[in-house]
Amino acid sequence: MQYDEKRLTRIVATDCGSTTTKAILIEWIDGEFRQTIRGEAPTTVEAPLNDVTKGVINATQELEELARLKYHNPNIKFMENGEFVIPRKGDVGVDAYVSTSSAGGGLQMMVTGVVASMTGESAERAALGAGAIVMDLIASNDKRMNHEKIERIRELRPDMILMAGGEDGGTVKHVVEMAELVASADPKPRLGSGYKLPVIYAGNKDAREEIIKTLGEKVDLIITDNIRPKLEIENLLPAREKIHNLFMEHVMKQAPGYNKLMEWTVGPEHEQVPIMPTPAAVGNIMQAIAKEENIEVVGVDIGGATTDIFSVFTKDFIFNRTVSANLGLSYSISNVLASAGLENIMRWVPFDINESELRNMIKNKMIRPTTIPSLLEELVLEQAIAKEALRLAFEQHKSFASSLKGMQKQRDISEAFSQSVSGETIVNMMTLDLLVGSGGVLSHAPRRNQTVMMLIDAFLPEGITRLSVDSIFMMPHLGVLSEISTKAATEVFRKDCMIYLGTCVAPVGKGKIGKPALYAKLELPDGSVFEEDIPFGEMRLIPCEIGQVAKATLKTHSGLILDADRKKELTVDLHGGKVGIVLDTRGRKPFVLPADKNERISALKKWMKVLNAYPEHILS
Amino acid sequence: MGQAYSAGLTVTDNTILRKERILPLKGQVLVKKGDKVKAEDVVAETLLPGKVIPFNLANKLGVTPQQLVNYIKIKPGDKITQKTVLAETKGLFGLGIMKTEILSPIEGEVENISSVTGQILLREPRIPVQVKAFIDGLVTDVIEEEGVIIENKSAYIQGIFGLGGETFGELKMIAESPDDELDVAKIDASCAGKIIVAGAFAPYHAIDIARKNGVKAIITGGIDDQDIKKLLGYDIGVAITGHENIGITIVCTEGFGRINMAQKTFNLLKHFEGYKTSIHGRTQIRAGVIRPEIIIPLQFEEQELVAKEVSMPILEIGTVIRIIRQPHFGHIAKVTALPEELTKVESETLVRVLEAEFENGTKIIVPRANVEVIES
Repeated sequence: MQYDEKRLTRIVATDCGSTTTKAILIEWIDGEFRQTIRGEAPTTVEAPLNDVTKGVINATQELEELARLKYHNPNIKFMENGEFVIPRKGDVGVDAYVSTSSAGGGLQMMVTGVVASMTGESAERAALGAGAIVMDLIASNDKRMNHEKIERIRELRPDMILMAGGEDGGTVKHVVEMAELVASADPKPRLGSGYKLPVIYAGNKDAREEIIKTLGEKVDLIITDNIRPKLEIENLLPAREKIHNLFMEHVMKQAPGYNKLMEWTVGPEHEQVPIMPTPAAVGNIMQAIAKEENIEVVGVDIGGATTDIFSVFTKDFIFNRTVSANLGLSYSISNVLASAGLENIMRWVPFDINESELRNMIKNKMIRPTTIPSLLEELVLEQAIAKEALRLAFEQHKSFASSLKGMQKQRDISEAFSQSVSGETIVNMMTLDLLVGSGGVLSHAPRRNQTVMMLIDAFLPEGITRLSVDSIFMMPHLGVLSEISTKAATEVFRKDCMIYLGTCVAPVGKGKIGKPALYAKLELPDGSVFEEDIPFGEMRLIPCEIGQVAKATLKTHSGLILDADRKKELTVDLHGGKVGIVLDTRGRKPFVLPADKNERISALKKWMKVLNAYPEHILS
Repeated sequence: MGQAYSAGLTVTDNTILRKERILPLKGQVLVKKGDKVKAEDVVAETLLPGKVIPFNLANKLGVTPQQLVNYIKIKPGDKITQKTVLAETKGLFGLGIMKTEILSPIEGEVENISSVTGQILLREPRIPVQVKAFIDGLVTDVIEEEGVIIENKSAYIQGIFGLGGETFGELKMIAESPDDELDVAKIDASCAGKIIVAGAFAPYHAIDIARKNGVKAIITGGIDDQDIKKLLGYDIGVAITGHENIGITIVCTEGFGRINMAQKTFNLLKHFEGYKTSIHGRTQIRAGVIRPEIIIPLQFEEQELVAKEVSMPILEIGTVIRIIRQPHFGHIAKVTALPEELTKVESETLVRVLEAEFENGTKIIVPRANVEVIES
C-alpha cells in the first residue's frame, strides 16, 4: 500500500544499529516531504535492558524534545505511555512508524554449495543481497574433510542456512551429500531453542525429494527455485525473498524486544510494515540511483561492527553487495588494526604518536563503542583507521563482484583481445560514475572535506568520478519508507539525504614527483578561470557549488590517462558540490605514498591543507 | 531529556543475582528446587554427541550406492566397535571366496546410511559435559532436562573486558590504593588459589608470575594491549573472549592502558577481602553484550530474593558521572548543566554535551556519549 501527503504528514523512521538507534522525523511541510529532525540513543539489546524498543523510545524522546524546540511548541509528542500514537492528531502522534535493523548482529547465515566458486558464490550473493552476514560457505570441494564441515556447521549456530548446488537436471549426488552433512550436524539456531532451524533449499530441483527425505524432519525446510538453474544463469530473487520472509518470521522474533517492535512498525491504517535488514534497505536505494540516472555506482555504509559495499555495474545494472563482518569503527575497530597492520594506519596520520598509546586507544574504543572523538587528534586517528577499513572492505568487494565463474563463454574477436575471462571483477573504477558514502564516520565527519578525503584515499577513484554522501545517515530509513511511500522517500532522498560533494579527477598511471602531470583549465560559472599545469604528486581543490558545472579542458602528460578509452585529452563538464572539484595527481595503479616517514608526513600535511580537511594548527 | 549516554557498569555491594546454568544440550539435572549449592557443585550433566565421521561405504566396497543395500550388515542406531563388519560382498559365485569385508574405522554408533551417495555416517562415543553452579546460592527453579536457576545475594562488579573462563577463590588485595601497579614482590605462594586485586595496572611479567604461583584470577584497572598479545600469542580482533586457555582469568574494570581502578570498585573489593568470590572473563561486545563479572556471595534469607526492576539510570543535574574517553578518561565529575542544543567540541564534532565539575572545582564540557552514569 502506498500513501501520499493526504495520509502521511509526519513519520518517524528508525534504524536500530548494533551501536546506536538513529531516529529521523519526516514531515510534509510547505508542499513537500522533508527530513526535519534527527535523534539518537544507544541501542539496547544488551543486559540489563535487553529490549530494542527502549533504545527506540530514547531516540524518539530526543526527536520530540528537538521538535518542541524547533517549533517552539511544548505540546508536540509522538508517543504516549511508551508507544507511538498513530495516526497523528494535531500535535500528538505520527502517521506511520517504520524501522530497519542490524542490531543483535543482524541476520547471520551459513550457505552451502557444491562448487565453492560457482553455486557456492551464487548462494553467497543471494544471502548478501538479502542483507545477511555470511558466516561461512561450505562446499563439496572446499578441501575440508567432511567431519570438519560437520563440526563447523554445528559450532556456527546461524540464523538460517541457504543450500544451493547443481544445475537443474544435473547430478543429485553432491547436493544430497551436503544435506546429509547438515542433517548429521543437527544445527541449532543462534537465538532461541524453541524452534527448528530454517533451511532454504535452492539447488537442483531433481534432488528435492531426496533433500526432503534427508532434512525434512530435522529442520524447518523451505524449498525454492534453483539459484543456478543453468551454469550461465543466476536466479537469485526467489531465494532472496524467502530469506526476507524467514528473517521476519523467525530471526526477528527471537531478538530481545523485537516482537514488540514488529507490532509498532505500522502505516496509517495500522497495517504492518515489516522491519527490513539495514543493508537490504540501503541496497534498494543504491540500485534505484543507478537505474534512475543510468550510471555505475559504488556505495559504502561503514558502521560500528561491519562495512557494507554495494555496487551496480555494466549496462545490465548488475548489483553486488558484500559485507565485511569484522571491519567497522567501534565493535570491530581493533580488527581493522589487526587486518590492516599498524603501518598501514599510520601512513595516513600526519603526526607522530606513541604506538602503545594508539593501540590502547583503539582497544578502548572497541570496549566502549558508543564514545566519540572529542579531541582533534583522536578524530584524525579514527579517520585514518576508517580509510583502512574502507580500503580492505572494497578489496573484498572487488574480488567478490565478478562475472559468473565456470562458464564456457563464447567470445568474439574483440573480447579475445581484451582477455576478458569468466570470474574477473566487474568493478571498474575508470568507468565508475558515482561514489556514495554513508555511515557514521562519513556522514558525521565535522567537515565534508574530510569525507571527500576519506573516500578518495580509500577507494582511489580513477578518471572522473562524482562523490556524494548520505547527509546524516538516513538511507536505511528511506529504503524502508519507500515500502509505504515512494513519493516521500524519493523527495527526501533528493532534498535532504544525498549531498553531492563534488567531482574527483585522477589521472591513472605513474609519474615523477614534481614533473608535469595534468594541465587543467576550468571555466567556472562565476566567470573565473582556474588554469594550471599541475605537477605529479599534488592535489588541488577548486570550489564549485552544488548544482553548478565547470567547463573543463584536461590534458595529461607522460603516459597518464583520463578514461577507459585511454584518452589523454578531454573536454568535459565537471559537477560541483558541497566541497568542490578535486584534481588529484598522486597517480593510480600504482598509488604510492612516500616511504620515508618525514617525507610522508609533510606530503600528508600538504594535501590535507589543500583539501582544508583539518584546522591549520594540527597541520603546521 | 533523551538518554544519549551509556548506562554505567554495575558496581554494587548488594544485589539479588539470578544465574541460569544451562546445558548445551538436553541432559540430566542433578539438584532440585530449594537446594543450597556451592559454586563448585555440579548441577547438571549431559553427554554431547560424539564427532560424526562420514565414510563412503559404497566406494570402499566397489559397488554403486543403490547396490549397497544388498551388502550392508548394519542399520542406523547400531552400536559398533572397530571389529564390527559394516558390509561385505558375497565373494565369487556367492560362496564367500575372496569376499570383501569392510570393518568400522571407529567405535560408536551408526547415524545414517544413504542410498543416494553411498555414504554412511558413524558417530564416535558421547562426550560427558558438566555444568557447575559457579556461585554459592539457592536453586530457585529447575528447567527440566536443561539446567537450573540459581539465585543469591551478592556484592557484584561488572568488568569492562576480561580473559579466561569461570573460576572461584578467596579475594586477596595486593594493591594498597587504586593507582598501584601490580607488585611482583607481593605475589608468592600465599596467593595460590586466590583472586588477587591489582590497582591501576597489571603488567605482563606480574601476570606471568601470578600464573606460576597458582593465582586463579587477577582483577585490575587497566591492562596493556601488547601484554595481552604476549599472553595469547595473537592480537584480539573482535572482543569475544572467555575461552582462552592461559591458566588464569583476568578482569579489567576500566580499560586498556594504565587507568586507576574506580575508587568505588576498589573500596568494595577491599571491604570483601577474604570472601569467596566467583569470577569470569567472558566478554562479548557485540550482539547481546556480555561483560566479565565478579560475584561475591553474601549471607541471605530466602525471602530476600526479590530482584529489583531494571531501569536505565537517569542523567540529570547532580548526577555523578565517569568520563570514559580522552581527555580526562577515568575521572569522576558531577553534572552541573545539560544544554539541549548541539555544541562544537575540539574535534569540531557537533554533539550533545553536558557540563560537569570535578571535585577540585574545575569545570568541563564533555560529549554525553563519553560519560557513564555512576549509580549512587
